[in-house]
Amino acid sequence: MDLAVALAIKDPNRERALIARRAISFFLLIVLCVGVLVARFVQLQVYEHEDYQYRSDKNRIQVQPLAPPRGLIFDRNGVLLADNRPSSALGIVVERVDDLQAAIEQLNGFITLSAQQIDQFYERVNRSRRPGEPVVLADNLSAADIAALAVNRHRMPGVKVITRLQRYYPQADIAVHAVGSVRRVTESDLRRLDPSEYRATQFVGKRGVEAYYESDLHGRPGYQQVETDAHGRVTRIIDINPPLVGQNLNLHLDAQLQHAAVAALDRQRGAVVALDPKTGGVLALVSKPSYDPNQFVAGMSDSEFRALSESVYLPLFNRATNGQYAPGSTFKPVVGLAGIASGAMQWDTTIEDRGSFRLAGGEREYRDWSWTVDDSGGQGIVDLRKAIYRSSNVYFYDVASRLDINYLARFAGEFGFGQNLALDISDASHGLVPDPEWKLGAKGEKWYQGDSVNMGIGQGDLLVTPLQIATYVAMIANRGRIVRPRLVLSRGERSVPVLQRSMPETTSNLTEEDWQKMVAAMEDVVHLGGQGFRRNGTAWAYIGQRIGYRMAGKSGTAQVVEIRQGEEYDEEELSEFSRKHAWFMAFAPVDDPQIALAVLVENGGGGSSVAAPVARKIIDSYLGRSVTMR
Amino acid sequence: MDFQRQLPGAQNSAQDQWLHKLHLDPMLLALVAMVLGFGLVVLFSAAGDESRLFDAQFQRVLASMVVLIIAAQLPPGIYLRWAPFIYVLGLVLLLLVLLIGVRVKGSQRWLEIPGVLRFQPSELMKIAVPMALAWYLQQRVLPPSARHVVFSLMIISLPALAIAAQPDLGTAILVAGAGLAVLMLAGLSWRYIGYASLLVAAAAPLLWQFALQGYQRQRIITLFDPESDPLGAGWNIIQSTTAIGSGGIFGKGLLQGTQSRLDFLPEARTDFIIAVVGEELGLVGVLFLLILYLGIIARGLVLAVSAQSTFARLFAGALTLTFFIYLFVNIAMVSGLLPVVGVPLPLVSYGGTSIITLMASFGIIMSMRTHKAW
Repeated sequence: MDLAVALAIKDPNRERALIARRAISFFLLIVLCVGVLVARFVQLQVYEHEDYQYRSDKNRIQVQPLAPPRGLIFDRNGVLLADNRPSSALGIVVERVDDLQAAIEQLNGFITLSAQQIDQFYERVNRSRRPGEPVVLADNLSAADIAALAVNRHRMPGVKVITRLQRYYPQADIAVHAVGSVRRVTESDLRRLDPSEYRATQFVGKRGVEAYYESDLHGRPGYQQVETDAHGRVTRIIDINPPLVGQNLNLHLDAQLQHAAVAALDRQRGAVVALDPKTGGVLALVSKPSYDPNQFVAGMSDSEFRALSESVYLPLFNRATNGQYAPGSTFKPVVGLAGIASGAMQWDTTIEDRGSFRLAGGEREYRDWSWTVDDSGGQGIVDLRKAIYRSSNVYFYDVASRLDINYLARFAGEFGFGQNLALDISDASHGLVPDPEWKLGAKGEKWYQGDSVNMGIGQGDLLVTPLQIATYVAMIANRGRIVRPRLVLSRGERSVPVLQRSMPETTSNLTEEDWQKMVAAMEDVVHLGGQGFRRNGTAWAYIGQRIGYRMAGKSGTAQVVEIRQGEEYDEEELSEFSRKHAWFMAFAPVDDPQIALAVLVENGGGGSSVAAPVARKIIDSYLGRSVTMR
Repeated sequence: MDFQRQLPGAQNSAQDQWLHKLHLDPMLLALVAMVLGFGLVVLFSAAGDESRLFDAQFQRVLASMVVLIIAAQLPPGIYLRWAPFIYVLGLVLLLLVLLIGVRVKGSQRWLEIPGVLRFQPSELMKIAVPMALAWYLQQRVLPPSARHVVFSLMIISLPALAIAAQPDLGTAILVAGAGLAVLMLAGLSWRYIGYASLLVAAAAPLLWQFALQGYQRQRIITLFDPESDPLGAGWNIIQSTTAIGSGGIFGKGLLQGTQSRLDFLPEARTDFIIAVVGEELGLVGVLFLLILYLGIIARGLVLAVSAQSTFARLFAGALTLTFFIYLFVNIAMVSGLLPVVGVPLPLVSYGGTSIITLMASFGIIMSMRTHKAW
């Protein structure tokens, strides 16, 4: 009670002392708390300073890869085949956008986006990529698009207009099967390519020269250090390490000749391969129908792509290097030379061609192209030279029946058949030179003499590509010296050396005279005229007149469907895809060959009537120009 | 006379006489002015291109000076008389806020008379609560008895809960802190303080479960593991510690802070401005500011202790302690020691309300000490 009363009395001095004590206590507590804060700042700013300095730099400094400008591709005369053009794309830095879908909808208000573009964008977003790098939403923005985006830019953080160089093919669909094209880098490409080299690269060579010389054309990426703010906007460039420009390429290709070849084929499906017989350089490489590679760079809609990839006319297919056809009569010089080289016959060996051939003891009748139902056809007495310029089937049936098939197959291989001799067309087809071993393996059947007979006129299972025919005719032009085809003439300043194939063993049995005689026979194909019915060179009527230079050639007509015994057929009745393929191979001028070429017209009909005029036009264009140039 | 209270040997400069007539304490005023100046310099840097922010803040600083001078002119007796009424008025306004308040960013904190006035009654309570408590305890024997402590806690918790319900946890903590500061200055037994601390620690799991909102829990999780959500809740803390840490001992230099200038640091001009100090002026700048703050607190406590009445001592002391709570919560939050609560850095952060309130309280502290006995 006393205590309570004592406490109840208010004592100002005691209270003042109490509050003062408390104030001192609290001040000490406060100093302690400030000490904790100081300790924290010392920890952050002294002990962990380097960590945070690094973090702060990482925040603001980004290393951006710079795409190297792709090397340009020129033809032999410096005509641009593949160029780079600036193009603006719309990209989004995904990390800076909270709601991607909303952002895309908003963008769709300013520029028009297709559902496909949006789908592809999400695909790219989900792909492995560097954070902070813009992901492309739309390519090839128009000036109006760019303006609309610039005006609304502040409303859309993370949205960027990226201007960069993009591939452009000035020749469009003319040279695409030779030059190839670039396509957008895909997920599977990224697994194949060196990711550090392709960090900034949008397009990679997919076909032709663009694909084969990818490593030369691509160049090396550069890097720039930039400072960016929290919204991903670049505030300044700190350091630049410029990219290394890709190497320019000069092709053997002659753009003007390429145009001439395209024009000569006109609307027909087919292929042309023209070589410089001295070097093997590809002067022209055409496959029709064709397509515009710029579509793949700019991007096309699904329906456009389907139209290209699903067309029955196969515009994407490179007939020149990958189309495999029976060579037909263009193969006859191989068979004839094999006969000479093997000693099975001589140049003056003759037979009587009555229009059909029957193996000893055989039932089947093998016909000449001049065969008629009433048996009034045939070429009469025929030696090898006439057999070539008249294209006698019966003569070569006979030669083939007398040759060892393995010998013939090996001999054909030495002309480049059944293999890819091209130096820089890695995906060219090999074709097929059948032999007994192959037939047993592939068909489970033994080799019949009749198979040899068919092969004598370039039919049966024999398959060749236009590129192979061109290589082979160039070899004849070189009188037996084979050159390997190549597209590229020089890389940057360095020129590519001519590569020669060592002369194979069997053909070395052939003398200079043998080659000259074969060349002369093929010259007759074109130039021997005015002799009367069934005496002229097969192509003379079509191309041999009013010609200012000497050309050697050989036509071929390859059956697509088998004609049954005793039947004649009507070209008109056959469907578009069942008609024969027309071949013509040629080189000119005969004495100093400048150009050797193969022309194939798919389902075109007769080689001399259809393919030979195409060849003539192309050679006219090439020699006519070089004559005036000289 | 006032002159008699001056320390022996001190120069009676003309300026000091003039300040005394205005009931201003030169030392506290100088310290406050230094912090304000320092704050303006930092804000100038943090504002970057938006120099109008600096102008606006400069005007507020001048206006708040006027408020300080006015608050200093009112003698303690006036505060004492008005204390209970202002407290009750504040409570009524807080109730009105909950009923008809204006909602901004998910919290209902403002009262508005459209076209005329818009203010936060909770701001008033930062002063009204310690004032009411000092008034209450002035009439009791100190240290307060258990009954008086319980009643005091009611005076504190009514407004604190009303503010927490807005919700505005930061201000609620400051208001409660101001009240508790009075109680503790008044001699609340250390034992009680110890028990209360234990109780809070024991109740923490329950508070976690029932009292805290989802976002508040997230902030506490973020404190311990900012990397758990680096682009969301953790972003602020990661960026503020990065800013401070990268500043090092001497800082990157004024206007050179990349974290703040490139927008990585959020709220760089308001709640997180200490990170700008840390980044641009380094540990040296932070220590300089902390020393100024300590000086203000020391001077405030000296003025409080040497005031003329229990009410004046408690009121002035509590306001000084509240000032410390302010700065401690803010700096600890920005440097990642406490969860993120919306408390500005006193006298430095951009924004008007907090500066006006603080300057008013410094005016009051001066008034409590400079007026004659009453």
